Amino acid sequence: MSNANPYVPFASKVLAIVEHTEREHTFVMAYEGDVKPGQFFEVSIPKYGEAPISVSGICPDVSVDLTIRNVGRVTGELFASFAVGDTVLLRGPYGNGFDVSLYEDGECVVVAGGTGVSPVRGVIDALSHTADAKDKHVIVGFRSPGDMLFRDDLVRWADALDLILTVDGAPEGYEGNIGLVTKYIPDLPLRDPATATAVVVGPPAMMRFSVMGLLQKGFAEENIWVSQERRMCCGLGKCGHCRIGEKYVCLDGPVFNYSVSKDMLD
Amino acid sequence: MGYVLSREGLDQVLQGLGTEYRLYAPVLKMGEGRFADTDVVRYDFVTSLDQIELSKKSDYAFKELLTPLSETLFFFTEGEVKVADKDVRDVIVLLRACDLHAVKRLDQMYLANGTEKDWFYQRIRDHVRFALIGCPSSFENCFCASMGTNVAPEGWVFSLEEADGGYRCAVADGTLAGLFAEHADAEADVEPAHVVENDTKVRVPENVPTAIYKHQMWDEYTVRCLKCGRCTIACPTCTCYTMQDVFYTDNGRVGERRRVAASCMIDGYTDVAGGGQYRRTGGERMRFKVLHKVHDFRARFGYDMCVGCGRCDDICPEYISFAACVNKLADAVDALGKEVDGDE
Repeated sequence: MSNANPYVPFASKVLAIVEHTEREHTFVMAYEGDVKPGQFFEVSIPKYGEAPISVSGICPDVSVDLTIRNVGRVTGELFASFAVGDTVLLRGPYGNGFDVSLYEDGECVVVAGGTGVSPVRGVIDALSHTADAKDKHVIVGFRSPGDMLFRDDLVRWADALDLILTVDGAPEGYEGNIGLVTKYIPDLPLRDPATATAVVVGPPAMMRFSVMGLLQKGFAEENIWVSQERRMCCGLGKCGHCRIGEKYVCLDGPVFNYSVSKDMLD
Repeated sequence: MGYVLSREGLDQVLQGLGTEYRLYAPVLKMGEGRFADTDVVRYDFVTSLDQIELSKKSDYAFKELLTPLSETLFFFTEGEVKVADKDVRDVIVLLRACDLHAVKRLDQMYLANGTEKDWFYQRIRDHVRFALIGCPSSFENCFCASMGTNVAPEGWVFSLEEADGGYRCAVADGTLAGLFAEHADAEADVEPAHVVENDTKVRVPENVPTAIYKHQMWDEYTVRCLKCGRCTIACPTCTCYTMQDVFYTDNGRVGERRRVAASCMIDGYTDVAGGGQYRRTGGERMRFKVLHKVHDFRARFGYDMCVGCGRCDDICPEYISFAACVNKLADAVDALGKEVDGDE
């Protein structure tokens, strides 16, 4: 047999760990190959299993960031037993990822919720460096002030582009925005929604209502992109778990144009 | 090239093949059915004609050879990862036309969906050849003629079927002709028998509008389906698996990674970390499975996944009929089409 075995993971060193919250950390992993925002790796911990984790940051030829919530068997073991300097096994990157060039020209809206910020972090970063960054509107929502991820980035983004940071709920005395991300869509100061682009990533209900809001605002279906999340065991189009209709989220996604994903019904 | 053989003659041929190949064939397992005092026909390795059941449809397909119910991929010891060994000596699988069509579906998924080939599947597949069991008549619940899978595709090395107290064999692989000639009673023109018509007929809808997803036709299955997944285990074209890591010892230092058969009908199939789940009801799962078999797979690869073997109907403990469901689907699609026409 000549072809390489794609199930064999490679070793990657943990270069740094950023602790956003108690249960959400970014693991900065050594990685030198090609990779795009929105793609994902399978984090492979022998005896515990594998979990698909999206790329939340890229330092070309040095590292990728994997922002992980401690919520399952694999992630639990990762949080419990791995520290800077340790080696983690990875497979990937898999999936299509975001084509950032689609959003760099003209007006663009990014709506991201919770860990959904991870896959679009690279997109937002790219938008923050465009010449017309003030035409880039980013709505980022977290459950509460204590659940915020990428705090340093949020400060930078607030300076560079139109950032609306909101939380679903907060203790009394909190001075920031309170409300779901969808609340801010109708009032976005857009000159021409019909030609503007949008990226929506987050929990299923949040994505559904955000897309509805954008369509009501006048966005064209084909100018909206979403990123889907499904159970996966391979990332290679074999295990079947992520299939929706004729599409495989791991191969054809996870990033889909809304004109395609609107017909992808579970 | 074709041959007429006696029972002893064909047995000699199989014994001769046994020196080079393992033979994998349907076997009647007495008393091993899923219910008390029932038999089952499933695949196993055999060494003689006596062990092979040629007069019945096998309850389970041959696919366990290519996609085992549980397959160890890696062993983990301390810091080491080792690819598990596998017995990959050459095999000849005896199967019917529908199942040979199913092989194409398995190959499609494991070798040609996406850019990567499945290394573990290919490791086995490279050593597997097929012999065709002719079907002079249809079995209960078969609908191969409706699916266009009643005539075997190319890819079999020889065929065999019972006839007039003996056996008739066509030999497609010339290198095997000598062995057959040696033990045959006579040469003959032999075309493998195939089914022309089944009692069960299925009408597959050409296009399926998304409106069908919320159609009430699926509600019946929410009530009836136990979500046990037997239909997908018996199906020769179902390929889904789940990764499963285990460790053996208290200290957790030694273990393995397996993949085990999965089913879109069973709880847990869509679970994501944090508790998310898609398709909770039997109706939703039936819809997901049925549309895959007669629409979604075709939309991706150009031909239908279902090969009409009817094993899902044979095995369902609730007597749910996949064939009847596809016909209901076709009717529902027609009705939706008429509604749309009426609106215009």
